[in-house]
Amino acid sequence: MSERPGFMGYRRPDGRVGTRNHVLVVPTVICSSLVAERIAAAAAPVGTAVPHLAGCGQLGPDMRVTHETLAAYCAHPNVGAVVVVALGCEQVIAQHLADTARRHGKLVEIVAIQAEGGTVRTTEKGTRIAQGFAGALATEEREWCDISELVLSLKCGGSDYTSGLASNPTLGRVTDRLVELGGSAVLGEIAEIMGAEHVLAARATRPATATKLIRIITRVETEARSLGLDIRGTQPSPGNIRGGLTTIEEKSLGATHKGGERAPLEDVVAYAAPIARKGLTVMDTPGLDVESVTGMVGGGAQVVVFTTGLGTPTGNPIAPVLKVTGNARTARQMADNIDLDVSAIMDDSETLDAAADRLFADVLTVASGRRTAAERLGHREFAIHRRNPTI
Amino acid sequence: MISSRDNVATALEQLEPERRLQIDGGTLVVREAIPPGHKIALQAIAAGAPVVKYGSPIGLASAAIAAGAHVHTHNLSSSRGRGDLAHSATGEPAPRLAEPDDRGGLVGPVTPSKERA
Repeated sequence: MSERPGFMGYRRPDGRVGTRNHVLVVPTVICSSLVAERIAAAAAPVGTAVPHLAGCGQLGPDMRVTHETLAAYCAHPNVGAVVVVALGCEQVIAQHLADTARRHGKLVEIVAIQAEGGTVRTTEKGTRIAQGFAGALATEEREWCDISELVLSLKCGGSDYTSGLASNPTLGRVTDRLVELGGSAVLGEIAEIMGAEHVLAARATRPATATKLIRIITRVETEARSLGLDIRGTQPSPGNIRGGLTTIEEKSLGATHKGGERAPLEDVVAYAAPIARKGLTVMDTPGLDVESVTGMVGGGAQVVVFTTGLGTPTGNPIAPVLKVTGNARTARQMADNIDLDVSAIMDDSETLDAAADRLFADVLTVASGRRTAAERLGHREFAIHRRNPTI
Repeated sequence: MISSRDNVATALEQLEPERRLQIDGGTLVVREAIPPGHKIALQAIAAGAPVVKYGSPIGLASAAIAAGAHVHTHNLSSSRGRGDLAHSATGEPAPRLAEPDDRGGLVGPVTPSKERA
């Protein structure tokens, strides 16, 4: 064993490292989503599905994002095997998803509802395949992986005043430490960087990266303005405002603490696109929690740390989501959803550094297999970001 | 208070009027009830002046704010993403984003409507 921090993970044929070993059941289209969910449920909790509302009636970039997000999940290191559930006449191509999974060394099969002859036969065949895959994956063992193999998704939601003072700076310290050790972290939610972009742009390692960040923020702000609407209708959210947050700038400055204070900004990538560089990456995701987590996991994050003030249950179908709160009341009232309570920071009975030590240790334990509250509760929320209306 | 540049601080507990707070060697008298998690003005802030927290502006005062007053949506307003202002006949256009020196790849300034006219 090395002296460097690390975790017990699944080393994949493509060289990536997983923190889970799921049989992923992927519907190509909304029409095959229910069958996919039933097949996954029959092999739960190893079996997990990504039911979604798209896959047809989509054009251009909107179609591309759906296809690429589903493909990214098929290639993800937390997935050991894939069952693609097609209808037969949709736009998303089942064979393309299966080929992606195979290229990354996964076991894979396609079942198609029109070809198999209906819901019952498809569910039955898919269940048999998923069970067989689950049996094969059960023989695989975890091995020691260096911390530099970790890609951590940084997320906050249901924020209140404790988020910017306790949970986000705690996570920021973990981010700085992870990045110094050669690992990767990804920050999403462009609307929640608005007002704090100067902080991140100043840490960009290349001028082009800073430019890309500002360009994406400008686009989101322009989109909001072009609707002729006041972004205050959604940012901050009504709950944020009750919690004492007044403006998007204030929310963003607190939220951006998740990205640490020193970690250099190495890259800015599109929704669900591969997180290819070590260090801190910003991903172009919307501010809706589930769409944002879905994109960052698609990019390759194997663990999500989700800070919350007011409390939120969100999970993910293939990645553990670890909940941290700095609000003592939330830690008590939503105890079943919270993994780590750092509220002692608020009355100075714990330092940010001590809380960060605990979170850092928990991230590695969860990466090594300990199930999070969201996993135990079966929270597997999944939503692909839509760029255009359905045609 | 988080940064020495801040002109507001976050109340960690309910603050009642007339309470005297010792902050940075000075005394601040609370002017009105402030719920936990909400902001209190550390000094007088003129209408239109930036409100500063985390060492950065979090918006502009939409009314004059007295030292010790509650700072929230009634007297502090964001200047970002405000399509309602950009399109209103009387409202001011939202300020432009700061742009980096290297403008390569930028799609152009975000624009108040008069620039399109």
